Amino acid sequence: MPTGKKPGKSSSSKSSTATPGSSGAAPAPSDSAARLNVPPPPVTQLNKVNYAGPADPRVSRSKRQSSSRFNLSRNRELTKLPLLRDTAASEREDMMIQKLRQCCVLFDFVTDPLSDLKMKEIKRAALNELVEYVTHNRGVITEAVYPEAVNVFRVNAFRTLPPNSNPSGAEFDPEEDEPSLEAAWPHLQIVYEFFLRFLESPDFTPQTAKRHIDQNFVYQLLELFDTEDPRERDFLKTTLHRIYGKFLGLRAYIRKQINNIFYSFVYETEKHNGIAELLEILGSIINGFALPLKEEHKVFLLKVLIPLHKVKSLSVYHPQLAYCVVQFLEKDPSLTEPVVMGLLKFWPKVHSPKEVMFLNEMEEILDVIDPQEFIKIQVPLFRQLAKCVSSPHFQVAERALYFWNNEYILSLVNDNVATILPIMFAPLYRNSKTHWNKTIHGLIYNALKLFMEINQRMFDECVNSYKRDRASEKERAASRDRAWSTILRMAVANPVSKQFKNLDLVEVANAFDQTDSEADPRVELANLPSSGTGVTASASGTSTGSAALRRRSDLPPDVATQRALDAHRRADELIATGKTSNRS
Amino acid sequence: RVHGERVKMADQQQAADDSLYPIAVLIDELRNEDVQLRLNSIKKLSTITLALGVERTRSELIPFLTDTIYDEDEVLLALAEQLGQFTPLVGGPEFVHCLLPPLESLATVEETVVRDKAVDSLRNIATQHSPSDLENHFVPLVKRLSGGDWFTSRTSACGLFAASYARVSNSVKAELRQHFRNLCGDDTPMVRRAAAGKLGEFAQVVETECLKSELIPLFISLAQDEQVGNDSVRLLAVEACVSIASLLGTEDIELHVMPTLRNAAEDKSWRVRYMVADKFTELQKAVGPEITKHDLVPAFQSLLKDCEAEVRAASAHKVKEFCQNLSPDIREQVIMTNILPCVKDLVIDANQHVKSALASVIMGLSPTLGKDNTIEHLLPLFLTQLKDECPEVRLNIISNLDCVNEVIGITQLSQSLLPAIVELAEDTKWRVRLAIIEYMPLLAGQLGMNFFDEKLNSLCMTWLVDHVFAIRDAATKNLKKLVEKFGAEWAQSTVLPKVLAMSRDQNYLHRMTCLFCINLLSEACNPEATSKLMLPTILSMANDPVANVRFNVAKSLQKLGKQMDAGTVKSQVLPCLQKLRADPDADVTYFAQEATEALS
Repeated sequence: MPTGKKPGKSSSSKSSTATPGSSGAAPAPSDSAARLNVPPPPVTQLNKVNYAGPADPRVSRSKRQSSSRFNLSRNRELTKLPLLRDTAASEREDMMIQKLRQCCVLFDFVTDPLSDLKMKEIKRAALNELVEYVTHNRGVITEAVYPEAVNVFRVNAFRTLPPNSNPSGAEFDPEEDEPSLEAAWPHLQIVYEFFLRFLESPDFTPQTAKRHIDQNFVYQLLELFDTEDPRERDFLKTTLHRIYGKFLGLRAYIRKQINNIFYSFVYETEKHNGIAELLEILGSIINGFALPLKEEHKVFLLKVLIPLHKVKSLSVYHPQLAYCVVQFLEKDPSLTEPVVMGLLKFWPKVHSPKEVMFLNEMEEILDVIDPQEFIKIQVPLFRQLAKCVSSPHFQVAERALYFWNNEYILSLVNDNVATILPIMFAPLYRNSKTHWNKTIHGLIYNALKLFMEINQRMFDECVNSYKRDRASEKERAASRDRAWSTILRMAVANPVSKQFKNLDLVEVANAFDQTDSEADPRVELANLPSSGTGVTASASGTSTGSAALRRRSDLPPDVATQRALDAHRRADELIATGKTSNRS
Repeated sequence: RVHGERVKMADQQQAADDSLYPIAVLIDELRNEDVQLRLNSIKKLSTITLALGVERTRSELIPFLTDTIYDEDEVLLALAEQLGQFTPLVGGPEFVHCLLPPLESLATVEETVVRDKAVDSLRNIATQHSPSDLENHFVPLVKRLSGGDWFTSRTSACGLFAASYARVSNSVKAELRQHFRNLCGDDTPMVRRAAAGKLGEFAQVVETECLKSELIPLFISLAQDEQVGNDSVRLLAVEACVSIASLLGTEDIELHVMPTLRNAAEDKSWRVRYMVADKFTELQKAVGPEITKHDLVPAFQSLLKDCEAEVRAASAHKVKEFCQNLSPDIREQVIMTNILPCVKDLVIDANQHVKSALASVIMGLSPTLGKDNTIEHLLPLFLTQLKDECPEVRLNIISNLDCVNEVIGITQLSQSLLPAIVELAEDTKWRVRLAIIEYMPLLAGQLGMNFFDEKLNSLCMTWLVDHVFAIRDAATKNLKKLVEKFGAEWAQSTVLPKVLAMSRDQNYLHRMTCLFCINLLSEACNPEATSKLMLPTILSMANDPVANVRFNVAKSLQKLGKQMDAGTVKSQVLPCLQKLRADPDADVTYFAQEATEALS
């Protein structure tokens, strides 16, 4: 029985999940069982990575605005109606409905932005007035208003999204390509805002609304998450979250449709703009799952969340995804083994930034792992870590070696050193001299030293068996060669073989490393500069921040896009500030 | 004799070991930690199979593969691919069904590429089954997959109906149709998409009456997929339109297909309209001339005017083919009254992809329309596009000049061509310059030598000193093609003096370009010009201060020396190489040595 003690679950390890600058408010807890002490899911970034260089207004680009409107309203004549507060109380409901209907007229913002300016202004004013009206008045959401309010949202928001302006597939670079913004945003934003206030109003009753906010409504709402405009996705996220919270009858359906979006993303298209937002919603939903977990939720973890790790654009939604995974494991530690095995299955082979993300996530998982569960996964896990510390990409090797700075992980290693050291020794020792990057030498020294301190006798055994293994390695490669050539001879003897032309012997890669010297590792270690502590200190300093030093974008961002995104207020803040005091 | 017997016994012993050996090696290899080794051994599965023989393959290897393979997707992909080719290795068509169990489990894995490969292999071996094996082994597999719990197996099943349908009994056919119907109504959009995608090929093998009574209703309901926003299913139904229409007579098409097609052409999702535009000429062929005249012409007009640029671009691509395929009695009238007005609008479209798509086909209209119409109606459009701000549009026009040349001759265009070509030749993007260089030989052929010498020759020379290597390289190849067109005399009078002058250029890159030109031009010029004009120039460069130039001298000498008479080689080439072999630079001596060996 291992004696390692787990650190407090809500300790510092969590902070690394959040994206930098995630100060924005997270969606309010939804399910009844939501726990208050759980940190909220990391908030999806609006902007691409911060651009450090000067803005260059000379760079001209194609217009970053688009909109797909097939059906502009034919009759776009609007007459300005009197203000609601100037209307007699008895006629206010009727006036509100008239205004809502006015807001169902759609205008052209793309081909001719200057068309119908006067009418557009009337609609904008009406929308703003309606936002004010439902925020500051009680008893205005009458039964007759529900269908009209939902209809305003349907007509304005539900549409086929325009073609993606950014390249798809392998050429898509989530960090370089800028989104194109929704041209009709001046109206659409207020429509979203109005609808949120409507949902949040103390008068709002899901019982009445469920005739209008049904499965079809939710389906179309979900389709919109693929929009390129991050401001719209931000509103969608909050809207869907509120609907999930209020309409119990729709929850299963929403989860199922989100799954379908993920399946299609993972298995068919690899292209969707709203994965991070959807995961953010799910992150807060998982918080509220009751124990024991339903089978449906386990399937979701293993068949959706884990396969999401293999998509090329993982970096766009990885913080939210890792959050969801860790939430699950905190809920039910028995899921650790399938999750870790799943991650190992999808472990990146050539994409090193992605590999660093996997290592980050793995450390988060290890931070909350149960020692019993650790024993189940230690062998495959450390086989992978052995490959990572040998990675020629120093950021991967470095990130893997930071695991040896994590006290909880060290305590687990300490308890299982008999299993782990034989796996880790050879790659560590081999790279202690041959890795091209000096920082790695120091970190490896640190790791080997820790192993030596844990169990000196075992360490000595490993040194000896390392030498023996290297001698037998050549022998094994040769015997494999012999085996294959025997099979080949037998195959050629078979008359059917004439039909198969490509019968040449498999080239057996000779894994034997010629550059490695045969010196005694202990002597070599002793000769290493004893400033190992310095290395450790500096290493632990950076280990919490992501190890990835990514190349920053050289392309200056589009000024207009930048400005539009900066001006966007998170839907949550908007609601929080506008909230009437009688709701707490 | 005792000894002999012992040897014989040992041989038998050996043979027994041998028969177990291949699987043991495979098992061992598949346990290896290194994925690459596992992958290699799976790729060599046919070798192992041959070593085992057909019986042991069937009785031991295939069950082993079915039971024990849970590997990385890469390995599974290789396995799925291999198994599709295994029929002879398991003993021929008689035994091919023993391959079904491993392929069945591969058809249910999560990774799409593995599944698709397994389905391909299954379709491949389906044709090798006897009718009774199909019913006893293959069809049950299709049913199991169609009823699978996880959507991946149901998705895979969709691709297997067409492969197994034709050769089974009527009752089994009815069952298959029922299963296919279920998949078309599946709860998961992924499965409905897969079914919609395979509907067309299934329609090809189903009897006509079943097609009308069962598949067409399915097609119609998929085409109106109940979920309003789900255009991904609807757009696949457009593909099925082509396939189904090609199986039906005009009346049935009108009845069963056209309502759906009309809706699709006006669908509110641009993706569906795009699909219609993309498949337009296939649809045109499938529905026949009558329906084309009444329905497709107006539909095409509205697609050309679509509000979404993607749709306009896709339909602009089809303009030429659509017009060519119109029946001759109405062709000219339809083009002139219906299509051309739309085309005129597209020429000045706001979106460059649309204009560029149009420019790539618009010239193809002139043979269809004839000389007078081309001059009157198309020529102004060509001229507008030649002046377009987007280089791709201009390039597309220039690259299709040959169509127009045949109809009206190029003189009509040459005055407008020239500024367009000059501008492209000096474009700041090297890819644009590269593209125009590639059309030079074509242009030269059509414009004639005089026009060329007067206007374009200097451009071709300017490219030789471009700062991008790819352009200099293309320019040398271009020169060779021009010489082939205009003859050796033209080369001597017009090209060679300028090329040879480059041997004294300040920039060593230009001096190298001179050598590269000589290498290529020597193939197109006569031997006399080679030895009288080119050889002295090369020899004069042997003392160049830059080593790269000197070893290229050696390379050029090797190439030209082969075309020269022995006397010249001996008196001029070899002595020069002799000197270069003593060069202080290693590369120079290497190439000089190589050339000397090649020439002596």
